[in-house]
Amino acid sequence: MSAGTSTSTSSSADTEARVPFLSVRDLKVHFSTEDGVVKAVDGLSFGLERGRTLGIVGESGSGKSVTNLAILGLHDRERTALDGEVLLDGRELLTAAERDLEALRGNTMSMIFQDALASLSPYHTVGAQIAETYRKHTGASRREARARAVEMLRRVGIPQPDMRVGDYPHQFSGGMRQRAMIAMALVCDPELLIADEPTTALDVTVQAQIMDLLRDLQQEFGTAIIFITHDLGVIANLADDVLVMYGGRCVEKGGRAEVLGVPRHPYTLGLLGSMPSLDGPVDVPLSPIPGTPPSLLAPPPGCRFHPRCAFAEKVRDALCSTRRPLLEPVDGHGTACHLTAGQRREYFADYRAARVN
Amino acid sequence: MTITDPLLDVSGLTKHFPIRGGFPFPRTVGAVRAVDGLDLQVAEGESLGLVGESGCGKSTTGRLITRLLEPTTGRITYAGRDITHANRRQLASVRPEIQMIFQDPYSSLNPRQTIGRIVAAPMEIHGISPAGGRERRVRELLELVGLNPEHYNRFPHEFSGGQRQRIGVARALTLSPKLIVADEPVSALDVSIQAQVVNLLQTLQRDLGIAFVFIAHDLAVVRHFSQRVAVMYLGRVVEIAHRSDLYENPRHPYTRALLSAVPEVTAEGAPPRDRIRLTGDVPSPIDPPSGCRFRTRCWKATDQCAARTPPLARIEGDATGHLTACHHPETVEKPAAAQGPATPG
Amino acid sequence: MFRFIARRLLSALLILLVISVITFVLFYVAPRDPARTACGKVCTPQTLALVRRNLGISDPLPVQYWHWLVGVFAGRDFTGLGHCSAPCLGYSFTNHEPVLGLITDRFPTTLSLSLGSAVVFVVFGVGTGMIAAVRQGRPLDKIASSASLIGSSLQIYIVGVVAMYYLSDEWHLLPRPQDSVGFTQDPAAWFKGLLLPWLVLALIFTANYTRMTRSQLVETLNEDYVRTARAKGLSARTVFFRFAWRGAMGPIVTILGLDLGYLLGGAIITEETFGLHGIGALSIKAVRDNDLPLLLGVVLVAAAAIVVANIVVDAVYALIDPRIRPA
Repeated sequence: MSAGTSTSTSSSADTEARVPFLSVRDLKVHFSTEDGVVKAVDGLSFGLERGRTLGIVGESGSGKSVTNLAILGLHDRERTALDGEVLLDGRELLTAAERDLEALRGNTMSMIFQDALASLSPYHTVGAQIAETYRKHTGASRREARARAVEMLRRVGIPQPDMRVGDYPHQFSGGMRQRAMIAMALVCDPELLIADEPTTALDVTVQAQIMDLLRDLQQEFGTAIIFITHDLGVIANLADDVLVMYGGRCVEKGGRAEVLGVPRHPYTLGLLGSMPSLDGPVDVPLSPIPGTPPSLLAPPPGCRFHPRCAFAEKVRDALCSTRRPLLEPVDGHGTACHLTAGQRREYFADYRAARVN
Repeated sequence: MTITDPLLDVSGLTKHFPIRGGFPFPRTVGAVRAVDGLDLQVAEGESLGLVGESGCGKSTTGRLITRLLEPTTGRITYAGRDITHANRRQLASVRPEIQMIFQDPYSSLNPRQTIGRIVAAPMEIHGISPAGGRERRVRELLELVGLNPEHYNRFPHEFSGGQRQRIGVARALTLSPKLIVADEPVSALDVSIQAQVVNLLQTLQRDLGIAFVFIAHDLAVVRHFSQRVAVMYLGRVVEIAHRSDLYENPRHPYTRALLSAVPEVTAEGAPPRDRIRLTGDVPSPIDPPSGCRFRTRCWKATDQCAARTPPLARIEGDATGHLTACHHPETVEKPAAAQGPATPG
Repeated sequence: MFRFIARRLLSALLILLVISVITFVLFYVAPRDPARTACGKVCTPQTLALVRRNLGISDPLPVQYWHWLVGVFAGRDFTGLGHCSAPCLGYSFTNHEPVLGLITDRFPTTLSLSLGSAVVFVVFGVGTGMIAAVRQGRPLDKIASSASLIGSSLQIYIVGVVAMYYLSDEWHLLPRPQDSVGFTQDPAAWFKGLLLPWLVLALIFTANYTRMTRSQLVETLNEDYVRTARAKGLSARTVFFRFAWRGAMGPIVTILGLDLGYLLGGAIITEETFGLHGIGALSIKAVRDNDLPLLLGVVLVAAAAIVVANIVVDAVYALIDPRIRPA
């Protein structure tokens, strides 16, 4: 265990007061494939405090899932090159030994996946799968672990947990399976929980139940949560901070209200404009982002969003296609975009007017 | 009912999938009542949204309407013709007019055929040769759905998910249908791509006057695309109305719960209005609850709800065409709910 | 589970009945005197008369079949030959012995050959398959893959003859195959006598199991639940055996069951190659001798082996995979 976090003073240029519980710095995840190197994540940095929720938004191929598999060390080691720094409570994870990671996984940091049916073993009872994690990390007896599994199932709201503990995942409904998965992830009271699209496959009423559950559990245990989703509505309901990813990079990050209310990056703006709402006008077409996400084998130079960006030609010297925009936080809200604050105010005004009215 | 001379008229439609079991000789021991007494109508050129949670029977309904499935009982009338139990030959003249778009743009296109062939296939099957030839028609269609007509000879794997869904749309348009049943056409797509396809479908509906049965679980997308919306629960329609009536003045408790569960991005990024927490799961369609099927999860349920099935009917004070199947409907809310500012607390 | 097995056994019985009817009819509609056929090649007038009487040739076919069936369940008397107790599969007039006796004499050899080689090919096949799956794309995987391709293209009569010539006759590494000593009499001699056939038979099958184990494991190692197990902090080894292997087992057990069923019905070529006297050799003899009752017997044994193997496979599959367990 680290002997107090305050002693390890980092001499880096940024003047952050303290090292957050989870700190990711300039993370790069590159896969080698037959066609070449896929730059799935290309220089990503963020921090997360205990008891807070970071929502990571992005479309398929944006690198959001890959990032989190890399944090847990679950990437394919044969074909993946990692670079950068991931500090969990002061401990470096990227260079940690497999054995040390195993002791952390499921214990200090755990993960919930999207498709609970596929992600739970069909060959073992729900109770056994929860108990297994507990036994592995606490050395509890079978009986204790089973009792703990029942307790966890009760806590996540499974009716008759002492009966259902012996059921197999296929005997559970979709919502109950996701609850069981959450019970399994939380059985050792982890300090970091990574939820990868945990509600995407669920119906809205069940999704609402699961979101409530996560919120309640977080309040109870003070867990830090990374919530990965493509659904901005879910983010708006759950996240304290939001990080928007595009093409393996972070394009915008900041507090939820700032990012969703006053987006600074054209991509975030585009995502918001793509989503129909329950009370917006219906006669106007949606404003989708043209084109398709970039190939990460040969990503566009400069800003990766520029081929789809409506504002790229408004920036002088063709900066967008030549130079990578850096993410500079202003009041904790940062965007990687070459537009000036003034340009943004001007061009984004229409959107804001439509939203607020 | 409200629509005179509807293009599609479905009444009392049921589809029961038998369950076989028993020892030593297997026999039918029960049935999954996927669709169980469904009524709805679609007017010419109109888009009807069909929403509900998984297992409510909305996809089965789509397959019954297109007659990919044989209904158990009930009646489906298309353009005045009863097609409920029409055979292959009788359907031949109707088939070109009713087309389908599927959810999965990956598995619904034959990977071994060029998109030219895929889009031309309906013409081949029905032996239709348009003026100027089939290839010209296909190129027109590709252009119409926003694809490059030069891609005629490419294969599906060369396209992204959104482009494939456009191919699926082009195929559905080949025979100039009057009715398209779209089963979750955008739910497999990324948000930004989803909006592109929704816009495309909306343009087509408007410009070509095609009626849609738009099946989806995303309430916001349905509201955006469909003039009227039907909410399904356990094989039945519990509420059907014009979209503004349904979304602003839901009368069925289930509709209200469903709407309140949708996480919305509000202007301030703040958490939305009060939510109704529905507990438990949808009951099994093998042995659905008596009376009102929603009563097991409804906070208003009384003995009456178990004893009597509420009819799908207009409730006093509602607009015409707003039908609800409920004994204890929700009270009318102030219509000023339009653009909801965040309610604190 | 009980009802499931009961139902399967019932349907298995039905299948065997149908097979026996088909075989029966096929032989009796052949444009030859069935009595002459059943009598065999060396047929004296006395035997022929005896056969005539015992088969009830003058009776209509269904009655004959009925007599045969009653014999299976209740035993029957053969005039001048004595009682044949249930299950009576008929009487081989060529061998002057009840069919069942002939089969039970030969069955130990077939059983030893099948199970022994199965142990070898399962251990080696699954083992190399596992290694290949773990070392995906590395040299060891490539060697195993090519070796299995070569193995599966070999023919037993060539490998068998070559192996016997070199391993036994020239280099005296292994004893020549023999099956005269049963396991209960002298296990060591039994083992030595069958070692060469086991290895040769296994060589052909191993390849199949290597390839299948590898491909199944490669598939299950990519399953989401395997990733979840890793995310729980379980070690790679635990995840491999408790999760990935569990998922890969089903299809392997299925093929193993079918292979065993096939082998138990008589490995004809193997037995011929090594001069063993199992069910396979017995069937060949039955064909050569035109020994109808015996042929019917071995056909039924082979069919029963496959049918039973199928039931066992289904039961084992249900044990492995709770999703297909009957409620």
